[in-house]
Amino acid sequence: MSKMVEVKDIQFEYKNNTEENNEEQSTLAINDVTVTVEPGEFVVVIGHNGSGKSTLAKHMNALLLPTKGDVLVKGLNTKDEENIWEIRQNAGMVFQNPDNQLVATIVEEDVAFGPENLGVEPKEIHRRVEEALNIVDMLEYRGKAPHLLSGGQKQRIAIAGVIAMRPNCIIFDEPTAMLDPSGRKEVINTIKKLNKEENITIVHITHFMEEAVDADRVIVMEQGEIVLQGKPKEVFSKVESLKKLGLDVPQMTDLANELIKEGINLPQDILTVDEMVMKLCQLK
Amino acid sequence: MLKDITIGQYYPTGSYIHKLDPRTKILVTFALIVGLFIIDTFIPYTYIVGFILATVYISKIPFKYILKGLKPLRIIIIITFVINIFMTQGDVIASLGPLNVTVEGVHQAFFMAIRLILLVMGTSILTLTTSPIALTDGIEHLLNPLKKIGVPAHELAMMMTIALRFIPTLLEETDKIMKAQMARGADFESGNIISRAKSLVPLLVPLFISAFRRADELAMAMEARCYRGGENRTRMKELNMTGRDVVALGATTLLLAVLLFHRIIL
Amino acid sequence: MSIKIENLTYVYNPGSPFETKALDNVNVEIEAGEFIGLIGHTGSGKSTLTQHLNGLIKPTSGKIIINDTDITNQSVKLRDIRKKVGLVFQYPEHQLFEETIYKDIAFGPLNLGLSESEVEERVKDAMEFVKLPFDELKDRSPFELSGGQRRRVAIAGVFAMRPEVLILDEPTAGLDPRTRDELLEEIKSLHSRYKNTVILVSHSMEDIAKLVDRIIVMHKGKVALLGQPREVFKEVETLESIGLGVPQISYLIRDLKQKGIELREDIFTVEEAKAEILKWIRGNKNA
Repeated sequence: MSKMVEVKDIQFEYKNNTEENNEEQSTLAINDVTVTVEPGEFVVVIGHNGSGKSTLAKHMNALLLPTKGDVLVKGLNTKDEENIWEIRQNAGMVFQNPDNQLVATIVEEDVAFGPENLGVEPKEIHRRVEEALNIVDMLEYRGKAPHLLSGGQKQRIAIAGVIAMRPNCIIFDEPTAMLDPSGRKEVINTIKKLNKEENITIVHITHFMEEAVDADRVIVMEQGEIVLQGKPKEVFSKVESLKKLGLDVPQMTDLANELIKEGINLPQDILTVDEMVMKLCQLK
Repeated sequence: MLKDITIGQYYPTGSYIHKLDPRTKILVTFALIVGLFIIDTFIPYTYIVGFILATVYISKIPFKYILKGLKPLRIIIIITFVINIFMTQGDVIASLGPLNVTVEGVHQAFFMAIRLILLVMGTSILTLTTSPIALTDGIEHLLNPLKKIGVPAHELAMMMTIALRFIPTLLEETDKIMKAQMARGADFESGNIISRAKSLVPLLVPLFISAFRRADELAMAMEARCYRGGENRTRMKELNMTGRDVVALGATTLLLAVLLFHRIIL
Repeated sequence: MSIKIENLTYVYNPGSPFETKALDNVNVEIEAGEFIGLIGHTGSGKSTLTQHLNGLIKPTSGKIIINDTDITNQSVKLRDIRKKVGLVFQYPEHQLFEETIYKDIAFGPLNLGLSESEVEERVKDAMEFVKLPFDELKDRSPFELSGGQRRRVAIAGVFAMRPEVLILDEPTAGLDPRTRDELLEEIKSLHSRYKNTVILVSHSMEDIAKLVDRIIVMHKGKVALLGQPREVFKEVETLESIGLGVPQISYLIRDLKQKGIELREDIFTVEEAKAEILKWIRGNKNA
């Protein structure tokens, strides 16, 4: 099988005009980044605001084009204008602000927006809308107005809108940043379900560490570069470097790390309360 | 709460009128307006009143509700009435200082007032029985043939949809920013006109900035969902004319014919 | 500045089909200088409560007494309440409007009718608290800054009013971990310097656990739990039943207890847990 997304040694530079001297300054938002995402994979990208993680995400959907290097989605180069619509259909995108990505005044009309743009037959659109709303568990809200829904529900509608386009891959650009804990849980559970049950490749951008625990791979970005990469357990066990980057570490990993320093015999890659309880009981 | 405001005063009852194709309802309303301007005597009004009452009855909308829609316009109706009663030349039947009331004036005043009332009632039946979305769809489809002469039918409809979608969001935001500035001691309520206008700056600037930010993000989200204008676009909800629509359009044509008959022959 | 909330009830849209009780007979007393954490779900009534304290909403019934003054009384001037109670809304950076950072922060103090020199001193002071360099930034536009910096300007705008009660509605929402930690630190240092009353509304149990003296948990318009963090976090079941989590450490202690390992129940930070576990392990070995 071919790769889902291939980011090949890209740089992205954006220019900002400073008002006073009209000088063009350019900032390197992404610097020599290479990433490959396999079909069916669940990848989480973590980093601070301004670390380049959202900029990277927008490259995977041809919303931004690299200044240097290439991005291929299912083998299609984002630089080739003919490919743009096929790429966007294949790699859907969900954004941060739930309010600013819903177009229509009724839930089902909004979910239909993508397929309508693709020119899908009306009957088929109906089928897809129903199926998509079912997957995100929002079918009973099909006739409601989006502004009456909670943040988590709005995000699920946005996800349904992407699913209805039948993508192979969905890129989530900080979909949980503006939600409360229950909304965040709803969205995360939906994302996991899409990956497991619908076999959709997931690239999830976030700054909440706990959302990365169940990922296949975690990528940590800082100042436009990838600084850490690996399975969640490998990445999180590097407690000191994560703390230096100012990122959160799961409390259990932090605790394990502290105990190890005191000479207690524990593995470094404890992530959850259950693991911690089990390992501590073995010490008894 | 601002949240509960719905735009347009859609009143769903699921009646036959509600189920009509929006295009039919727009055309019927249009015909009704034309009809109201064709006639020049009182008798044809009875046909139109009959037509409207029948429609209201079938639509199952309480008559009170439709009268409520006339309330905001009562001043305009009264002004029209007064202007006509005093400003029309003819046989004087009474004088009020320099103002003369004429027979023609009374005739004209009642004629214009009834026309206005029926006009408002006719159009409000349209908005009461048709959801804003259906209305937008209907307008888009009716304008479609005009695309050839450069009328951007799809874009107009898209703009209407987005406006409808964001009005409640922006109202909520206005409420929030207003409260936030009040918490910083802003005063929106007292002072003369100039100081009041000035006091709106802390409200309007953030509101505009936020509206532009939303527009920007929405545009990107739409692009990501493959939006590229109206071409090759399909619609989930197709508009279908059914038997009902034929009956409604037939009845309207009949009404127009009778009105024309009155105007030309009688 | 003490706050006494008595039988406070607020009903939205009374008499209409949309009637909802946002606050239902709330009774809370807050002492001067306390640092309070206010937790609850969206729609639990916590935002309605904070807006009452600032006079933005008038209660349906009940009293709010701030330092012997009942602010629900008609004769009390709203301006006087706002002088005493400062409210930072969620995503406060969305309310910035001035051309320069200085002017924006000065907006509140100027509305209080302070003199130019007093205003300048306060702006300077407020910027210092949120770690924004005064000379470098005062004439810049707030819209050139990053999201976290803009949030700081907005918060400084309320700090500069020197409220005796400072209410912050989810001041860290949407911030990344580093900015979040810095901002909480700044709020804490403000509290320890001015000894003002601070009410911090948050979803994050971990943040609240680190900072506050007492916690108020709201649920369905009522006060569900009230007490010191170590008392409140012991109520794992109650907190979970209303859909709120507890700090991870509290779960660990509970689960260990089920396995027969008894540790102190009133701890919730990594440091405390480390000390307790070490004590337990070393105790085991010696035994």
